[in-house]
Amino acid sequence: MTPIRSFYLLISREFLIAFRHRHEALNPLLFFILVCLLFPLGIGPSPQLLNTIAPGIIWAAALLAILMSLGNVFRTEYEDGTLELMVLANQPLIILTLIKLLAHWMLNVFPLILLSPIIASALGMGFDVQVMLILTLLLGTPVLLLVGATVATLTLVIPQNGMLLALLVLPLYVPVLIFGTSAVNATAAGMSAAGPLYVLAAMCILSLTLSPFAIVAALKTGVSQ
Amino acid sequence: MILEVKNINCSRGHRQLFAGLNFSVSSKELLLVEGKNGCGKSTLLKILSGLRRPDTGEVMWNDHALDTISSEYTQKMVWLSHRNGINDSLTAKENIQVSISLSKSADININDVLERVGLKGYANTPVRQFSAGMKRRLALSRLITQHASLWILDEPHGALDKAGIELLESLIKSHVSNKGMVIMSSHHDVQFENITVNTLQL
Repeated sequence: MTPIRSFYLLISREFLIAFRHRHEALNPLLFFILVCLLFPLGIGPSPQLLNTIAPGIIWAAALLAILMSLGNVFRTEYEDGTLELMVLANQPLIILTLIKLLAHWMLNVFPLILLSPIIASALGMGFDVQVMLILTLLLGTPVLLLVGATVATLTLVIPQNGMLLALLVLPLYVPVLIFGTSAVNATAAGMSAAGPLYVLAAMCILSLTLSPFAIVAALKTGVSQ
Repeated sequence: MILEVKNINCSRGHRQLFAGLNFSVSSKELLLVEGKNGCGKSTLLKILSGLRRPDTGEVMWNDHALDTISSEYTQKMVWLSHRNGINDSLTAKENIQVSISLSKSADININDVLERVGLKGYANTPVRQFSAGMKRRLALSRLITQHASLWILDEPHGALDKAGIELLESLIKSHVSNKGMVIMSSHHDVQFENITVNTLQL
């Protein structure tokens, strides 16, 4: 079997499993939509107020939706023993990890980004602000996923690790949230968003290059227990 | 081909499981690891598979320490633990495809493999509907698909029925007589004629 075909089969495995558990896979998306729609109902329909807080709402809702989905990364694989096979596989574990993370991003995160312009217009955001929002989400969500997945893998051996995971991950998420929303707010105020955007891009590159290795090490420790 | 264990120690928490363990397994041999519950059989097998490191001592495969040759070793070794490594939401066929793509083995006829492990006609059934014994049979299919020379089997009898145990024993016998080597732990009384069986009491 050629490597390309193997990788194709492994990616399609992720999509098949997600498709057969589609009610679970839709949870983060539903959560994201509900938070974004309930906020305006709670604080009243003043367009100016909504316009000011919209970037914060969308970003915080996306962050929490990703946090919700983190518990599933590698959890079933760990429990059913597939993880042992992955560590002992003849394919490089780093590639298997990247496949898994890519599939997780496409299944759990990408739909949020696709929906965000609709929610942004509902909250009265202008077109250029929406473009900036999507850009910050494209740069920021990989950081959230990679950092979160690192911590999730480290706590894999602990059953019911949700609370601990949230406690450990949230402080690491704060800088992403701050730079993400400040880029959007700067655009809304008519200023240049270059500064926070560069920082966000740097964080994205840093986590893309470093966290897969940390995840691989954590996975090997996890299966040795 | 030879697997040598040199003076390994292992403890879990404050409890010493085994110390100063020495043995070797070569082609055409079956090593049976015996001992009461909690004596470290699974941990020993995990160390032999390379998933875990011994506290001290070394495991050598053809005179190379395990941690330096891991990819070469994983191609020659198949690992079956008490977890089956099977996803419940996938069908039997999809599960075999996944294990083939993980192990980089050659493409094979999946229906033939299923027939050999006694799951003919279940190729497109979701594994969720399988009984525990059928799942174990599906896990055994990895022994056939991977063409490895060393089999490390942790309690391979699992939930297998009588026919399943016969299947497992015939697989082991033909593997060992084909210059293969098998290391397994088991609570069952296993009877193997015509092949070399060594026993390690933990």
